Amino acid sequence: MENKEMRAVYCDTLIDLAKADSRIMVVEADLMRASGTTGFQTLFPDRAVDVGVAEANMVGVSSGLSAAGKIPFAATFGCFASRRVFDQFFISANYARLNVKLVGTDPGISAAFNGGTHMPFEDIGLMKMIPGLTILEPSDPVSLEALLRACALHQGCTYMRLHRKQTAPLYKEGETFTLGKGKVLKDGSDVTIIALGAILVPEALKAARLLEEQGISAAVIDMHTVKPLDEELVLEYAKKTGAIVTAENHQVSGGLGASVATFLAKAHPTRMAMVGIQDEFGQVGTQAWLQEYYKLTAQEIAKQAISLRSNR
Amino acid sequence: MEIAKSLTKTASFAKEIRKKTLYTIGKLGVGHIGGALSIVELLALLYDQEMRIDPKNPTWEDRDMLVLSKGHAGPALYATLALKGFFPLSELDTLNQGGTNLPSHCDRTKTVGIDMSTGSLGQGLSAACGLALAHKVDKKKNLVFAIIGDGESQEGQNWEAAMFAAHYRLDNLIAFTDYNKMQIDGMTDQIMGLGDVEGKWRTFGWYTQRVDGHDLEAMSGAIANAKGQKGQPSMIILDTIKGKGAAFCEGKVTNHNMNFDMAVANEAIAQLG
Repeated sequence: MENKEMRAVYCDTLIDLAKADSRIMVVEADLMRASGTTGFQTLFPDRAVDVGVAEANMVGVSSGLSAAGKIPFAATFGCFASRRVFDQFFISANYARLNVKLVGTDPGISAAFNGGTHMPFEDIGLMKMIPGLTILEPSDPVSLEALLRACALHQGCTYMRLHRKQTAPLYKEGETFTLGKGKVLKDGSDVTIIALGAILVPEALKAARLLEEQGISAAVIDMHTVKPLDEELVLEYAKKTGAIVTAENHQVSGGLGASVATFLAKAHPTRMAMVGIQDEFGQVGTQAWLQEYYKLTAQEIAKQAISLRSNR
Repeated sequence: MEIAKSLTKTASFAKEIRKKTLYTIGKLGVGHIGGALSIVELLALLYDQEMRIDPKNPTWEDRDMLVLSKGHAGPALYATLALKGFFPLSELDTLNQGGTNLPSHCDRTKTVGIDMSTGSLGQGLSAACGLALAHKVDKKKNLVFAIIGDGESQEGQNWEAAMFAAHYRLDNLIAFTDYNKMQIDGMTDQIMGLGDVEGKWRTFGWYTQRVDGHDLEAMSGAIANAKGQKGQPSMIILDTIKGKGAAFCEGKVTNHNMNFDMAVANEAIAQLG
């Protein structure tokens, strides 16, 4: 697969799903052009619903559609998909045990020029508190397509962070993915980097190469499903390498780092470092500048890994 | 009030719902009696006359559905469903007890016959819109009914849903506002007045009517009108009395969530005859 806009993969996959299953619908709040779903709307005008700038109603309508047997994929910017509609998603969709697929686009620093108001560093943390919810962040076009298909088949609500921009494939076409099962992208014996999303998983791979140059063998795991966490895999690599660095485009408290730490505190206390947002608000800037500012880089991951090893 | 012959049975049904609601909450000792009693006539009419339902097949896919957005009025709906045979009347004794199928606020996963979970005010009308839209997409004839409160109308999400239903021409959606003029902190007009509530719904594009919410014949006529509308959703504003039909609480602003025991409930039940 060549470099692809993730939103194009999102739309194409939903179209493909919708051709085979009349229950699939798209619900949006005046961001179809941003989410890239206008193609779906053209093909399935009756099954693409734009509610206007009204995210609470978007989730409520999606819940009603689901109660009537539909499988709605509702998307908006991640800041609105979490903070703005938390109670609607909590009660009307999840508490009601319905089947709403909520998608938060532009996770974390990928909101770039939209700035702090639109920069969700806390959506995973909020969503993690919803019992039984499946939470995902695909890292590339191949995993996005596979995980979208898995979401459609999954009975129950899901929340997916969707990086909309052009992204290089990390996986070969046809690679298979299972909800709740992380992917080992690179094996290693000295330290494990558990990463999340289209920005940090590639950074983790770069960090592993930097570490390799220094004689440190780093494993890299793409933990595309934050909840349920692949505890088996975390435990295996905690035991195998004895040191873990998590990397995410999100607050570490409440994010992937907190999930891994909570699990390991009970199962197998392990030395850890967490690369991610350290209790800060978002702000405006290019994605590259924001990445440096918030230290969401291969260099930072490698630095943390080295420091874990030297403090052994 | 003279009642049309066809509604005599429904009037008796309403009386039984009121008695069972008083019994259910009285047995527990506390509950949302005011807003439950104000919608008794509406529930009687919907479940006895207006809705296509089959208590023996509660998930029948061609049924009409009700979203009771003011989910705290659950006990009145539970009494209605039990009397219709959706579940045994004895279940009413379990209201709010640990492990019950009858929680204070409506829960579609627990109670047979409940079509949507509600309780966080302002959300039900959006869900009703989704149900109605799904039926449109599937070219099905099912109707969706929704009941919102007057205090609940202060939640902004209702007005998002109001725009939506009109825009998508959801003429299979018939909503009611239980306008009992009271909310927890006092009279609705004093807390956050709804102003020209009919005008608001009309301006939002709804076919809007206003009738006495305890007058079965008037409501029956309004629902018939609503069912006849093409291309727009219907709102029927019901002028009601909070706590209607029970002297100890009727019209009292403290009746939203009230303590009363079985002796008080029994007295009110006896007065209903």
